[in-house]
Amino acid sequence: MAAATTGEGFQPQAGGPNHGLRIFLIWLPIAVAADLLLYIVYGPHMPPGRMSTSAASQQFDIKIMSVLAAPVMAFVLVYAGYALIVWRHRSGDNEDGPPIHGHARIQATWITISAVIVLFLAGFGTYELASPGFAGAGAGEGPSAIWRPTGTELQVQVIAQQWRFTYRYPQFGGFETTALVLPLGKPVQFNVTSLDVIHSFWAYQLGVKADANPGVNNIAFTTPTQTGLVTVRCAELCGLWHGAMFDYGRVVSVARFVAWATTTERRLASVTAILPPYATSYDPTVIPQLNKALIKGGITGANGFYYPPNDPAQP
Amino acid sequence: MSLPARVGTLIVAFLAVAAGIAFLVVNYLLASPSTVAFGAGVAPDSGRVVNVVMQEDPQNTVSTHPDWVSYFIQDPTTHQWLHTTLFSVPAGTRVHMTIFGYDGCTPLRNNFWSKVSGTIGGVAFEDGTPVSKINSWDGCNVGHTFSIPSLDVNVPMGSPGLTATLCSTSPCTSGPHKTMTFSFLAPRTAGDYFWQCRVPCGGGFIDGFGGPMQTFGFMTGNMVVVS
Repeated sequence: MAAATTGEGFQPQAGGPNHGLRIFLIWLPIAVAADLLLYIVYGPHMPPGRMSTSAASQQFDIKIMSVLAAPVMAFVLVYAGYALIVWRHRSGDNEDGPPIHGHARIQATWITISAVIVLFLAGFGTYELASPGFAGAGAGEGPSAIWRPTGTELQVQVIAQQWRFTYRYPQFGGFETTALVLPLGKPVQFNVTSLDVIHSFWAYQLGVKADANPGVNNIAFTTPTQTGLVTVRCAELCGLWHGAMFDYGRVVSVARFVAWATTTERRLASVTAILPPYATSYDPTVIPQLNKALIKGGITGANGFYYPPNDPAQP
Repeated sequence: MSLPARVGTLIVAFLAVAAGIAFLVVNYLLASPSTVAFGAGVAPDSGRVVNVVMQEDPQNTVSTHPDWVSYFIQDPTTHQWLHTTLFSVPAGTRVHMTIFGYDGCTPLRNNFWSKVSGTIGGVAFEDGTPVSKINSWDGCNVGHTFSIPSLDVNVPMGSPGLTATLCSTSPCTSGPHKTMTFSFLAPRTAGDYFWQCRVPCGGGFIDGFGGPMQTFGFMTGNMVVVS
């Protein structure tokens, strides 16, 4: 075997090459170039884009992770390539390499670097989770949000049902529609719930993904910072047509949003009148109109409630 | 056991397993109701009318699930009712639907779907009367819906009422029912456009949206648009 892995590790043998320095000098420009390309060239195009504050935060996180990971990948490849070229087996060289056990400096360096990385990531992660503006961004925070954006939020209720999302706007008379329209630059509070099984509201370009559970209000905030189309998908396997449960929302100027909302409120007034009063979650058993309808119609069988597995029989 | 007997046993066992797998594949993985073709001779993008006739029943006595609610489609040539929910129409045509509603009522869980949408004129006709919505929370009014989400088509199906004696053998040919008619434009893009019912009418399944609600040939299917 070649004399590279001596008891002194990467230290040069007397008169031999300094392999550690060589590897470092090959790795450094590759790592720097990879990081610059990732951060400056590809970074602005990384998912999920910068269409909202939460999306921009997620893109920044992914950029940082990529910049941290690229040098590691580069080192592995450079080391492997160097070993294949320089330390390859040569004809007649059947000697085993000396063990490196007991090299205190390598051990100390390894432990120190590992400890620094782990402690840094623990501190950074805790900061990200606990700080206002970061915590739960886009992920849904359950019924009691631990932070709120500054300013008055536009309330949008996301109602998931097999296999379509509908949206209610309680600040505009509580109308319900299949269109998701949001104003540019205004904080939005999504109140996400479901009428049947578990779904997940994933507004990709907004960086918002929140589970939709029946009987639960799951809150997620965002502030759109660019106009354009938003792809909305269900991200929880929810039945036969789960793959077709998607639509497209729009972020528009505030003036266009207000015009759309007031027009839609007026256009759907007759339908809004037969909807239940706005509530952050939906329990069919306590909706007054539905119970009145059951009494009025004499309906005792299939009543639209949440059914247990063996009930009801068809009317 | 002799060698020939052991070999024979192995062969028989192998064939039995292979037959079982083939049975499962054919009957469960590849099984699908037939697709009823409408608009024979109608050119795509012609804007001509294609008539589709369906019915929804309180049961499906011609299937292995006789207690499941079900749609049926009428073959345009033979006028026989077929146990399928798959049909095809030419692209860019005007699809005129006639659906006979033989089933009783169930309130919608989301009454938003009481609204008629996606049809020409924004209305449907219930026994000839134009309606823009049928409030499912105002009595025994709605049996099911016919909804194509990707086209924003949603039409609640009127119900003959709670006291009506419903047809008990499917496909129904007589008995109290409501006749719903409406039209919509088939897209100009060929493809499969799934349709479904929005009433939680899958009795015996959690939330009412299992069983017939997620099985071809019952309460959901495909409208295949061909170009």
